[in-house]
Amino acid sequence: MEKVDVGRKILSANETYALKNRQLLDRYGKPCFNLISSPGSGKTTLLVRTITDLMPTLRIGVIEGDLQTDIDAERIRATKAPAIQINTDGACHLSASQVNRALEKLPVESLDIVVIENVGNLVCPSAFELGEDGKIVVLSVAEGDDKPVKYPGIFAKSKVLLVNKIDMLKGGFVEFDLDRVRSDARKLNEAIEIFPVSARTGEGMQNWYDWLTRQLRRRS
Amino acid sequence: MHEATVAQSLIEAILREAEKRRGRPVRAKMSCGELNKINDEVFTFAFEAVAKGTLCDGMTLRIEHKPLQARCRTCGEMFAVDVSNTRCPGCEGGDFELLPDAPLVLEEIEFEGAEDGEG
Repeated sequence: MEKVDVGRKILSANETYALKNRQLLDRYGKPCFNLISSPGSGKTTLLVRTITDLMPTLRIGVIEGDLQTDIDAERIRATKAPAIQINTDGACHLSASQVNRALEKLPVESLDIVVIENVGNLVCPSAFELGEDGKIVVLSVAEGDDKPVKYPGIFAKSKVLLVNKIDMLKGGFVEFDLDRVRSDARKLNEAIEIFPVSARTGEGMQNWYDWLTRQLRRRS
Repeated sequence: MHEATVAQSLIEAILREAEKRRGRPVRAKMSCGELNKINDEVFTFAFEAVAKGTLCDGMTLRIEHKPLQARCRTCGEMFAVDVSNTRCPGCEGGDFELLPDAPLVLEEIEFEGAEDGEG
């Protein structure tokens, strides 16, 4: 019997592709964000509104991840922004190699920002680096204010938390303690930027747009 | 179920080592952090399923869970964080710095009949 110390990162194959994506984005100097949330939190609606409001000053290209269909890519393309759909065929997260193939099809050079909309899932996508500059987690108020403590990984790793559908708070449709979310998320990640928004009514979106625009200057 | 993806990557890593050593892998140890946590039961199930038909079939796997470490800004204590109850055990304070979480690592493999034994 022989015991061998290996000390090798298990996801190193994924990290190799993440590095390739990083190098491709660096070559053009384009920031890239990995948008992660549960299904139905409003990621695509948020992107459609963001693209529509910021165009043509800010040109955003999108890589869409879903188990099936190209419904989301079609919604993005309706804004005239380029979108590449990845169907994971049951896989619960996007891998860096899938994103690598999609990046090759996206006209990165003519864009200002690349956004990867991950598969709707608050757990698995947080474990797979895609070569992004940062993760952005979206939490809609209907999901409940206990999510940062229940799913700490993604809140600990994200640069930005977008608390979406805040228009629902006004009608008293849901009980949601925004201060609790702020405090729980900051315990895990003191640098996280938190923007309460409604992609439907546009409330709070300007703060998010300002943050996104600042990322351009940081890169150039 | 990203455990299946991780299991696939782990088996590929073990097989690469097995090729170098020309031995049959019988036991392996891996480790994971608190924010990249792997569920032992689900992962073992995925590992056994993916291992079928490979040299890893029948291997025993041990998973070491490395706690998330923090440093208290008030009293300087280093401690393992319980993410559902984030308090410093030294001073009960809540102002601390989280240290980087441990990644998923293949730590060691035990081989049977390694090349020097087979000679």
